[in-house]
Amino acid sequence: MTAALEIRNLHVDIEDQAILKGLDLTVKQGEVHALMGPNGSGKSTLAYTLMGHPDYEVTQGQVIFDGQDLLEMEADERSQAGLFLAFQYPVAIPGVTLANFLRQSINAHRKAQDPEDPGMPIPEFRRMLKSKMDMLQMDHGFAGRYLNEGFSGGEKKRAEILQLAALDPKIAILDETDSGLDIDALRVVSDGVNALRSENLGVLVITHYQRILNYIQPDFVHVMLDGRIAESGGPELAMQLEEQGYEWIRGQAD
Amino acid sequence: MTDEAKQLQNFNTRYADKYGFAVPENYVFRAKKGLSEDIVKEISFLKAEPEWMTDFRLEALRHFEQRPMPNWGPETLAAIDFQDIYYFVRATDRESADWDEVPPEIKETFDKLGIPEAERKFLSGAGAQYESEVVYHKVREDLKEQGVIFLSMDDGLREHPELVREYFGTVIPYNDNKFAALNSAVWSGGSFIYVPPGVHVQMPLQAYFRINTQNMGQFERTLIIVDEGAFVHYVEGCTAPIYSSDSLHSAVVEIIVKEGGRCRYTTIQNWSSNVYNLVTKRAVAYRDATMEWVDGNLGSKITMKYPAVHLLEPGAHGEVLSIAFAGKGQIQDAGGKIVHAAPHTTSKITSKSISKDGGQASYRGLLRVEDGAEDVRSNVVCDALLLDEHSRSDTYPYIEIEEQDVTIGHEASVSKVGEDQLFYLMSRGLSEEQANAMIVNGFIEPLVRELPMEYAMELNRLIQLQMEGSIG
Repeated sequence: MTAALEIRNLHVDIEDQAILKGLDLTVKQGEVHALMGPNGSGKSTLAYTLMGHPDYEVTQGQVIFDGQDLLEMEADERSQAGLFLAFQYPVAIPGVTLANFLRQSINAHRKAQDPEDPGMPIPEFRRMLKSKMDMLQMDHGFAGRYLNEGFSGGEKKRAEILQLAALDPKIAILDETDSGLDIDALRVVSDGVNALRSENLGVLVITHYQRILNYIQPDFVHVMLDGRIAESGGPELAMQLEEQGYEWIRGQAD
Repeated sequence: MTDEAKQLQNFNTRYADKYGFAVPENYVFRAKKGLSEDIVKEISFLKAEPEWMTDFRLEALRHFEQRPMPNWGPETLAAIDFQDIYYFVRATDRESADWDEVPPEIKETFDKLGIPEAERKFLSGAGAQYESEVVYHKVREDLKEQGVIFLSMDDGLREHPELVREYFGTVIPYNDNKFAALNSAVWSGGSFIYVPPGVHVQMPLQAYFRINTQNMGQFERTLIIVDEGAFVHYVEGCTAPIYSSDSLHSAVVEIIVKEGGRCRYTTIQNWSSNVYNLVTKRAVAYRDATMEWVDGNLGSKITMKYPAVHLLEPGAHGEVLSIAFAGKGQIQDAGGKIVHAAPHTTSKITSKSISKDGGQASYRGLLRVEDGAEDVRSNVVCDALLLDEHSRSDTYPYIEIEEQDVTIGHEASVSKVGEDQLFYLMSRGLSEEQANAMIVNGFIEPLVRELPMEYAMELNRLIQLQMEGSIG
């Protein structure tokens, strides 16, 4: 069965300030959606809320993920259920290598499926990690570096996509993955995402700019203004936005 | 019951299973409780010591009695009742070099703690102290042939009286501090090590200290002499049963590293939560010698311990790596001291402390550069990690510089496990507990990397055990 992320009339506050004000959106496995919007429209709030950050308070609405009530789940349970968030600003965890972290994450996922699972055997893990790193043109030495510590902007984003590839989620949210990337890094990261595209993966690409959509072609484009979806359409909507700017949507919405 | 509550329960029972068990006390001798001149004379008599040692003990006792308690450090120290402690307990009438000759219930204790197995696998020699005295001691034959001495301090005094007399009490005199005076008066057990010039002891020598009796005082005394160009790595571990009344562990460790020699001393302290652990450790390093303390403090009720290195001649190098983990009801007052008494000397102090569930971890350190000690370089880094709102971390870095031409670096940081770090790790499927443990392990990783693999694994396992007690 195809899993879906269904967001219905979602209202979210941060520190008693309403940020999301009745957002509806459905992303299914196999689909790529782009969510565009100006700064402050609530894009990142949506990403953090879906992943379960404790600072974001849902005041109204529902999110159903693969038939389950997502809002009742902790962040780790959401991940184990097949949701993934590529962070805009991944935090550094000093002293913990990327490889060690990834292996423990994979094993936590396996254990969630089967409490008896002894974990992925190390040789298999190494092979898997190497092949995914090759796909993202990452030096293998990267696996031994401390997670996000001293990583450049491009390295952080690659590491996020590496985690996406290794954890094999049903739905992945990419939160401004294009920000801070030069054109070469953007191409590598996008190629990586494209290589992962399949009928088993749904993707929600959150972005301020149309640029990344030249590389990751969306099936659907949504424009977010002031905490809700103001306009939805196909790839042509992104082009139109690029030419006419967000003011055009604002005008349409009014 | 939630998983966390189960694990918390496990945490308590697991110390009990693994370390906290006690065995019946079929002892050959136990001095009556309390401290007096008679007790001190009795200890010395039972050990058939030379007169100079008896005199040393008695002078130390007089100093202990006159010396006030320290007016700094944890206030609860005042709760120690020196008359409610057993100062000397002899568990067996002889020390063996064969585990099969160790009395069965004592052997069982060390079997349970994995000591004989560790000895077979990766040690150059092992010693095991049970209550006041060493019950087992052995060093590999090839090292013995090269002239390496690894004995209990009691046997060291018996078999090498001149060597002991030359160095004993020279690095830490009996009047150094109140607890050094106490140890000097009632010391028993500990290790005596001599490594001849140029000899490199490749695999570590290990001593394991075990308290079994309630209200016990353990006062081991260790003296290590590393001769010119020699090398040794000494490792000690310690545990005790969990009792509701307190025990006292007050050791003195003196180390002499001669020209071009190197000594590394590693401690993994995991006393039960009713043990006061008040220890004086100091080394002197001569020309081009290196002294390294690796000091891991995870257990005890209160620990006060600041391993010191005095750099006495040019080219000497001193290092202290300190890891302290303060859980519920624990005070870890740890750190290090370096004294640059000669020019062209270098040093480094690295301290990492972790506090959780209301625990208090302090870094207390001294860096001293004496007049005339030019071209000195030193770096002090202390980082503290707080796992919750109720826990505490304090830093007391004393720096005394009497010379112009020095390069001193000092950095201190306190971080809380950030919500963002936790969220990031949990978003990848790790539970809050796993995420916390990962952050803590990462925090101490730079130090764990310095340990031999077996000890690194042991330390990680102990921290895992400590972490499992955490409730969200």
